[in-house]
Amino acid sequence: MVQVLINGLYLGAQYALIALGLTLIFALMNVLNFAHGQMYVIGGFITYVVYAQLGLPFIVAVVAAGASLAIIGALVELLLFRTVIKRSHREESTMLLAAAVAFLFDAVILLVFGEKQRGVPKIISGVFVSDALIIPYDRVVIAALAAASIAGFMAFVQFTKPGRAMRALAQDRIAAQLMGVNVDRYSMIGFALGAMLAGLAGALLVAITGVNAGIGGPISIKAFMMVMIGGAGVVGGAIAGGFILGMLESVGLTVLHAYGDITYLVIFAALMVFLAVRPNGLMGKPWG
Amino acid sequence: MNSPRLSVALAAVFVVLVLAVVPWAIEASGRYDLYYTLTSVALLSIASAGVWLTFYIGRINIGQGAFALAGGYISTILVVRAGLSFWLSLPIAGLVCAGLSVLVGFPILRLRGVYFAMVSLVLTEVARLAALALPITNGAKGISSIPLPGPISLFGLTLVPDFASVSNPRVPFYFLSVVLMILCFAAMYRLVHSRIGRLCQSLQQNEELASSIGVNISLLRVIAYAISSFLGGLSGAIFAGISQSIYPSSFTVADSINFMLNCFLGGLGYVFGPIVGTFVLYFGWDLLFQTGQFQLLIFSGVLIALMLVLPNGLLSLNPFARKSA
Repeated sequence: MVQVLINGLYLGAQYALIALGLTLIFALMNVLNFAHGQMYVIGGFITYVVYAQLGLPFIVAVVAAGASLAIIGALVELLLFRTVIKRSHREESTMLLAAAVAFLFDAVILLVFGEKQRGVPKIISGVFVSDALIIPYDRVVIAALAAASIAGFMAFVQFTKPGRAMRALAQDRIAAQLMGVNVDRYSMIGFALGAMLAGLAGALLVAITGVNAGIGGPISIKAFMMVMIGGAGVVGGAIAGGFILGMLESVGLTVLHAYGDITYLVIFAALMVFLAVRPNGLMGKPWG
Repeated sequence: MNSPRLSVALAAVFVVLVLAVVPWAIEASGRYDLYYTLTSVALLSIASAGVWLTFYIGRINIGQGAFALAGGYISTILVVRAGLSFWLSLPIAGLVCAGLSVLVGFPILRLRGVYFAMVSLVLTEVARLAALALPITNGAKGISSIPLPGPISLFGLTLVPDFASVSNPRVPFYFLSVVLMILCFAAMYRLVHSRIGRLCQSLQQNEELASSIGVNISLLRVIAYAISSFLGGLSGAIFAGISQSIYPSSFTVADSINFMLNCFLGGLGYVFGPIVGTFVLYFGWDLLFQTGQFQLLIFSGVLIALMLVLPNGLLSLNPFARKSA
């Protein structure tokens, strides 16, 4: 059972990193970023190219993935979302745009990186073995890096000037604008950061699970679930949701193993019941 | 607002077009494959009309795939396992879907905006996983070789021939789907311009305000969602009938997203938006087939460009703008 809980913890750290970017973009712009999973996949493939094909150190690959995604995110916000938000009568239009961007990224990923499953050489070999536990070292390193990224992000949001501006924006867009926050600029920075977090998550996870062009959609769905559990637009909620889903998945796969492949079905059903009781998740703000 | 006479004339032209001109053109040109394409467009636009109705009450619905899949399975199981007539299984599939949506809807319709969108997306996954896990659905192998619909006769008079006896069963399916599409959109038009339609619009604008002046918002949104799911289930059931097979992957998240895109593309402010959106999206995708590996790239690029130029839908170009309100 300890093994199951430990597995849940690493999964949780990785999931939290994925959910964080999604919730950030939602908090700042009220945009549900359908392309989040695709951004994750792009991050994974960039890491694969830099680390496995070019042979540069893993950390360089992770930084490269984060930086490229930040640029992609900034461009997507600048060129696409900003225009549509200004012109559309209804805010739901951003969802169509996000879905179309997800399709576009899917197409680009297929054309550039192909449809094969890609993995990278282990970053650190070796496994910690004791009576009850088997822990591969690379998983520990990845979970620690994920936790460090989350901590770095929280510090950035909490203690820097752009971070403060973004928190103001998330609280009340109009009030922030009236106080002299450059809304356009910080929306772009926020979108770039959200995309960067997706890229980082992909970059880290490629070391464990590998990556292929088809996992973008399922990753987005998982990210949506985590955000729903924790509450949309709340950083703490995303982290809590990530760990809860990681734990549920790990425990569910063990306990429900005997009944076949129904872990996710049970999780979904539980989520529906949970949302009936708490529509805004654990710590979400009410919508509207 | 244009005169009612013009609306009636346009509607009549449309009915004649799809029921007489299109079949004639297909027979004349020999492009029989278009029957199937147009049938799909008609059915998908019925499901999209359901999604449109949930947009009308201010909910972003990415869960229509779940009900289409459920409808397909219910109809198939009734036909194959219980030996029921296809015609009887259609309304049953729709009604069971509506019933399911009431059960699911009571809790989740309290959610709004992005929350509802995400839950409905998850619902699509639930339906797929349930279809994989339940014993009666035959898992990933799905159910195939479903018999074609039989005849309908009333007092010895054959109203609809046995589909299996027709040389090309695609033709009766085309008429079935198109007639249902016309009925569906006529009903939608009527609904939107009725008292309930006005009430739905009040939900879209401000639920609290609507509630405070005595609108029963929770009942109304469940009704709208049930109608939406009925349409989803109906179209899924006919789809299973045409392809004579159903699999857990028949309707997936991508389909749910497409239903939503159809509505957006046509324009959320227009009752007939889903028809236009579905038609353009489906044919656009088919036309791009020749571009091979660049199909998705071009398709999504054009979608994004359309969004930038026409964020309020294709029908916002329409000079006869039949605005729903």
